[in-house]
Amino acid sequence: MERFAALIDTLVYTRSRNTKLALIAEYLRETPDPDRGWALAALSDGLDFPAVKSSTIRNLLKERVDPILWTLSRDFVGDTAECASLLWPAPEDETRHPPSVAEAVEALSAMTRKTAIGELGRLLDRLDPSGRYALLKMATGAMRIGVSARLAKTAFAQAFDVSVDEVEEYWHGLAPPYPELFDWAAKGGDPPDTENLPLFRPFMLAHPLEETVVSMDDYAAEWKWDGIRVQLVHAGVGEDAETRVYSRSGDDISATFPEMVDALDIQAVLDGELLVRGTHQGGEEGGAASFNALQQRLGRKTVSKKMLREAPAFVRLYDVLQWRGEDLRALPWSKRRARLEKLIGELPETHFDLSRVVEAKTFEELAAIRESSRGDAIEGLMLKRRDSPYIAGRKTGLWYKWKRDPLLVDCVLMYAQRGSGKRSSFFSDYTFGCWDGDPDKGADLLPVGKAYSGFTDEELKKIDRHVRQNTINRFGPVRETEKELVFEVAFDSIHASKRHKSGLAMRFPRIHRIRWDKPAHEADRIETLLAMVRD
Amino acid sequence: MAQPFSWIKPEPHGIHILPADSWVDPSRAVPHALVTHGHADHARGGHGETVATPETLAIMELRYRTGAEDDLGEISHKAVPVAYGETIRLKGGVDATYIPAGHVLGSAQILLEHAGEKVIVTGDYKRRPDPTCPPFQVTPCDILVTEATFGLPIFTHPPIEDEIAKLLKRLADEPDRCVLVGAYALGKAQRVIAELRRAGHVAPIYLHGAMEKMCRLYEEHGVDLGELRLVSDYKKDDMRGHIVVCPPSALNDRWSRRLPEPITAMASGWMRVRQRARQRNVELPLIISDHADWDELIRTVEEVNPYESWITHGREEALLRWHQLTQRRARALALVGYDDEDD
Repeated sequence: MERFAALIDTLVYTRSRNTKLALIAEYLRETPDPDRGWALAALSDGLDFPAVKSSTIRNLLKERVDPILWTLSRDFVGDTAECASLLWPAPEDETRHPPSVAEAVEALSAMTRKTAIGELGRLLDRLDPSGRYALLKMATGAMRIGVSARLAKTAFAQAFDVSVDEVEEYWHGLAPPYPELFDWAAKGGDPPDTENLPLFRPFMLAHPLEETVVSMDDYAAEWKWDGIRVQLVHAGVGEDAETRVYSRSGDDISATFPEMVDALDIQAVLDGELLVRGTHQGGEEGGAASFNALQQRLGRKTVSKKMLREAPAFVRLYDVLQWRGEDLRALPWSKRRARLEKLIGELPETHFDLSRVVEAKTFEELAAIRESSRGDAIEGLMLKRRDSPYIAGRKTGLWYKWKRDPLLVDCVLMYAQRGSGKRSSFFSDYTFGCWDGDPDKGADLLPVGKAYSGFTDEELKKIDRHVRQNTINRFGPVRETEKELVFEVAFDSIHASKRHKSGLAMRFPRIHRIRWDKPAHEADRIETLLAMVRD
Repeated sequence: MAQPFSWIKPEPHGIHILPADSWVDPSRAVPHALVTHGHADHARGGHGETVATPETLAIMELRYRTGAEDDLGEISHKAVPVAYGETIRLKGGVDATYIPAGHVLGSAQILLEHAGEKVIVTGDYKRRPDPTCPPFQVTPCDILVTEATFGLPIFTHPPIEDEIAKLLKRLADEPDRCVLVGAYALGKAQRVIAELRRAGHVAPIYLHGAMEKMCRLYEEHGVDLGELRLVSDYKKDDMRGHIVVCPPSALNDRWSRRLPEPITAMASGWMRVRQRARQRNVELPLIISDHADWDELIRTVEEVNPYESWITHGREEALLRWHQLTQRRARALALVGYDDEDD
């Protein structure tokens, strides 16, 4: 554990990507199995210990230190694991016998909700502050130390001189501590066998178009539907045959959409947008309900019959990665598209349709079509290079997303909350509101949304200062501020919502501009927002 | 008989000593001020008369316009030096005694006595040894006015020897680079340099231009800082394998481009929190503070054992809570203008 803790500590303070890669690669080469496998899993968010949650740490610490001092400290540090590692009272006995990573993982896995508090305390007693930090970060999942799963995999590839694409390919079929992966890459063994598993393939992603102009000879356009991007995979034969639905991050969400699992029984890997039937997006022809309707179905572990009947899901296909065992990813988009148009006939039309190609001869024509799409409540356009293979990740120049221009309103800052991670101690999460009537006649502000992005670090410092100097009330980590500062808020769409007092919910709100100059009473009113609803 | 302690009153701009019509560390110009030490949030120019230790007065002279010019361009300011241990009688029968606070050169706690009642204003202080100033002296009193900059139990400053060793190890590990240490220009920078010397580091230390005068002032007051060189007098290659000291604001500044691949270090008590170090792009955090950490704060209250603590600035809520848990009297003062982020 000491070596792993030292690695984590160094990574926290390292900014250069190359140095991070070199540090992780060195650790992976020099550390024995299975510790390095567990460490790799921790760095790539591949560990989950259901019995140990942030609340477990909180409860444990509240047993050892005064709860109020804990809360004040946690609020200042902005990170439960780090705060606990600093506050943990070191045991009198200095002989610590720190556990190995594997030993710690074993202990964490064996914990139940009942035993977690006691067992975790015993582990912490065996570690110094750095070790405690590494252990708690590992135990609760998100490391947040500036190392993405992709970076960890790249470091693995670099450590043993193998291709990162191959690592990605095998990754999703394997479980920590990845003995097959190390046997293959570090010891020259056979590559892992993943042929008949319903594996997730990393998505091909798009860059925002921004100022780029492309030629329609080279690019094809499709609507960008506002659902969730999914990958459907069917693999195996006979009793072993299985269909899975994966989300963009590779999470298995099959249980949430059982109708899609039943709808695919051909060996295939398909890429598309999961939507709910309706007429909100693109009218009758678009056939999809708003994202709001889909949201009712997300995050459920079981689905009622009523839900299946009232909000039936379907997938609008964008691409095909594999069909009847044949890997198509190396083909150009135009060839894959031709295959997709043919194979759609073999899929049930109740659950699949095809993402239409938007015909435009010139970029200008396309721009005009995009302009007119607002009324259809479509998110925007996708541009795909006709000759590009299907490549995992976001490769410049191949795919672009061209979203509609956002909607803008002026809102007033009402509450601010401290951020976490990089922004700990800064008030960086803002709740803002609009006037419920004429502010000069005594109307109140009603909260209409929350945002924590869209501003620079410099602006963050300025807003943080504003919050500190204009606090009128404190509720734990939340400050209520004077209703003075106006934000121009950008968002993609706005919907009716019963969950919010204003009856409105914004989609993708972010701070567009900070209007230091604008008096609060000139901010927008609720009625303006209501007129933007297209439900 | 007057109400107990009615002669001294905390107000938003400082602590007001009513019979003397004087203020301790006022954040705006007043006719008569008692100043604990030279940091900008405690000392400022423009007072009619300033009472402080000779070292603090020298620092103020260097850093701020201590007096206001009249129409003829003459400065009407009057500086009244008081040595450690010395008592001065103010108007209205108030005695002020200056006692070492161990914070920076010249820093003092001010013991105020009136009508048999004793109040100590500590200003900022620490309890650890510091080669640049005499140590904090525990003095009994009725009211202890204490700071709480690091008033959270997460703050325990490690021994400075460990942090200096960490710095020297990194320097030795990467001899082709330099280590750029961000340190507050008054106090922290000189303490770090003096501690490096104490650890046997005799090589020249390079300074950002903004550090030079204060280092010279320390030397004039008998603090040996060894050989100091100005960055601007040397070439990039000269500084490979050496330590460079600059104000924290220069760490990520264009200025540092003239240095040979600097390893960014920062000497501050805030470095205890990883995310704080990351926010400042620090690669080598050095947990070195001139303020009392949590244990020092509570030890000081225990040893002084006042009738009541007044907590001036920092994380006062947690220190208040500690007083409550140990059944001690305390109140938080809402003073403005104290910058708790400096250190």
